[in-house]
Amino acid sequence: MAVNASVRMKNIKPPRKEAPVWKRLSVVAALTISAIFAGFPVLWMLSSSFKGNSEIFAYPPKLITENFSFGAYSSILTDPVKLRFFFNSYLIAFSVTILTIVVAILAAYAFSRYEFRGKRSLNVIIVCVQAVPPITLLIPYFGLVVALGLYNTYPGLIFTYMVFTLPYAVIMLTGYFNTIPRELDEAVRVDGAGGMTALWRVIVPIAVPGLVSVGIYTFMIAWNEFLFALTLTRTESMRTVPIGIQLLMGQHAYEWNQMMAMSILGCLPVLVLFLFFQRYFIGGMTSGAVKV
Amino acid sequence: MSTHVSTQIHNSANGSIPPTVKPTVKRFRRNKKQLAALGFLSPLLILMMVLMATPILMVIGYSIYNNVITNPNPEVVGLANYGEILGNPKFWNAGKNTLFFTLTSVVVHMILGLTFAMLLNTEIISTKVRAVFRMILILPWLFTVAIVAILWRLMLNPNGVINYILETMGLISGQVEWLGNPAYALFALTFINIWAGYPFFMISLLAGLQGIPADLYEAAKVDGANPVQRFIHVTIPQLKPLIISLCLLDFIWTTQQFALIWMTTGGGPIDTTEVLSTFTYKLAFSRYEFSLASTSAVLILIASMIVAIFYARSQKSRD
Repeated sequence: MAVNASVRMKNIKPPRKEAPVWKRLSVVAALTISAIFAGFPVLWMLSSSFKGNSEIFAYPPKLITENFSFGAYSSILTDPVKLRFFFNSYLIAFSVTILTIVVAILAAYAFSRYEFRGKRSLNVIIVCVQAVPPITLLIPYFGLVVALGLYNTYPGLIFTYMVFTLPYAVIMLTGYFNTIPRELDEAVRVDGAGGMTALWRVIVPIAVPGLVSVGIYTFMIAWNEFLFALTLTRTESMRTVPIGIQLLMGQHAYEWNQMMAMSILGCLPVLVLFLFFQRYFIGGMTSGAVKV
Repeated sequence: MSTHVSTQIHNSANGSIPPTVKPTVKRFRRNKKQLAALGFLSPLLILMMVLMATPILMVIGYSIYNNVITNPNPEVVGLANYGEILGNPKFWNAGKNTLFFTLTSVVVHMILGLTFAMLLNTEIISTKVRAVFRMILILPWLFTVAIVAILWRLMLNPNGVINYILETMGLISGQVEWLGNPAYALFALTFINIWAGYPFFMISLLAGLQGIPADLYEAAKVDGANPVQRFIHVTIPQLKPLIISLCLLDFIWTTQQFALIWMTTGGGPIDTTEVLSTFTYKLAFSRYEFSLASTSAVLILIASMIVAIFYARSQKSRD
C-alpha cells in the first residue's frame, strides 16, 4: 500500500531528462575555477595560521608546512585581552540582529499590508537614510554619544549599528512580505484577528528564510563594522574583533601567523552559524510561498 | 446620463448604508488603519529620528563654522568652507578614485554574482555538490573587512604567494609591490573589494532565481524558447528589480568603504588610493580640521542623496 503510494508520487513528477556529460563537466569546471578564486585565499589564511612566523614568506611558498603548529592559536586563546574582543563582537552583533529583526518585521508589515498617509515619502526617506555615509555621521555621532553618556559602552555601539542595519532589513523584508500572497493573511484577518495576529501567525512563519537571510546579513554588518567601533570605544576591554586585529598589527613586528589565526577564529563561529542556517537559503519555503 | 441616474436609484433602493453615514464609516476605518500602521512603524521612526535626523543637522551646522570641537568660540563663516573644499584638488582626486573603485566593483560584483548564482542553481548537478560549492563561494563574505585587508596584505606582499603564482605562470617578472606601487595600488584594492563583495550579490540573486516560478520556464519551453532566450526573457525580467536594488545598495556601500582602504594602503602611495571617506577621516582626525571635514562629509552626503533619490524614483516607476 505504502509502496503503491510512493510509486504514484514519483509518477506525478515529470520525467527529468539527464543532461549530457559535456554540459555537466563544463558546469563543474566553471564552478571549480570560481571555487579556487573564492577559496584559495581562505586556504592560504588557514595554512599560514599553522606556520611559524619565520616561514610565512618562505620561498617557494608551501600550502602545507612541515612544522605544523598550533602556537598562533594557543597564544590567542590564552590571552584574556584577545578573548574579550570576541566576546564583545558576539554580544554586540547578536543584540543588533535581534533588535533589528523585531523592529524591521513590524515596519515591513506596515509597508507591505497597510495603506497610510505618507507611505510614499517614508519609503523614499528609508531608501535615502540607507545612503547616508557613515563618515558623514561620524563627527556628530561622537559628540552625541558622549552627550548621551553612551561613549565606550555596548548600547552606544548597538544603537549606532541599528541605524545602518535597519534600512536594509526593512527594504528587504518589505520585498519579501510582498511576495507572500495577501490572501494568506487576509484569510486570518477576515476571521476576526488583528494585524498583529496575522503577522506573527501567518507572515513570520512563511518568511523564516527571508528573516534568516536578513538576520545573517545584519549580523555580518554589525560584526564587520570598523569605523564606529574604532571611534566610539576607548578602552581595550570594549574593542571588537576588527579593531583587535588592527591592534595586533600595530603592536609588534608583523605576527602574520597570529593575525591569520585570529582571522580564522573570528570567522569560525559565523561559518558554523551559516552552515546551520544554510538550508533556509535553499528556498523550499520561499518558492513554495511564491508559487501558491 | 439616464443610466447613471438609474444606477444611483438602484443603489439607494438597495441601500444597505445610507449615503450620509457611508463616508464617516470609511474615514473611521481609514483612521484605524492609519493608527495601526503608525503603531507598527513607531519603533523604526523613533530610532531614525534620534540616531539619524539629529546628527545630520549637527554636521550641517558644523560645516558653516570656521572651526568646531578644537576651538571653544567658533564663528559662522557661511559657505566659505564649501569653497575651500571644492577648490581642493585632493578632494577631486579622492572623488575620482572613489568613482573608479565603486563603478568597477559594482559591475564586476553583478556579473560574478549572477554567473555564480546561475551555476549554483542548475539542476544538472546533484544537490550535495551544489551545496559544497555554494559554501566555498560564500566564504569571502564570512570575513570581516579587517580580516580581508590583512589576508590580502599577506598575499599581495612582494614576497607573497600571489607574486609567486603569477611569476610561475610567466605573467610577471620580479617582485611586484601591488599595494605599494602607485600604478597598481588602486587596481589591487578594487580587486580585493571585488573578491570580498560578490557573495552578497550571489546569495541574493540565488534566492531571487529560486523565487522565479517554474511555470514561467515551462511555458517558455513549450513556446520553444532555448536556454539563452529563457535567460533573456524569463530570468532577467524576473530578477531586474532585485538587480537594480542590489547594484544601488552596492554602489552606496562601496562609495562609503573605509576599513579596507584604511588597513591596506591608508590612501597611499601618494594619494593614489585616497577615497572620499579616508580624505574626510584624515581631515578630522589627523589634521583636526573638524569644520572642513564636516563640509566634506556634507558634500558626500549630498552626492549620496542624489543617487538615493534617483533610485527611489526608479523604484517608484517600477511599481
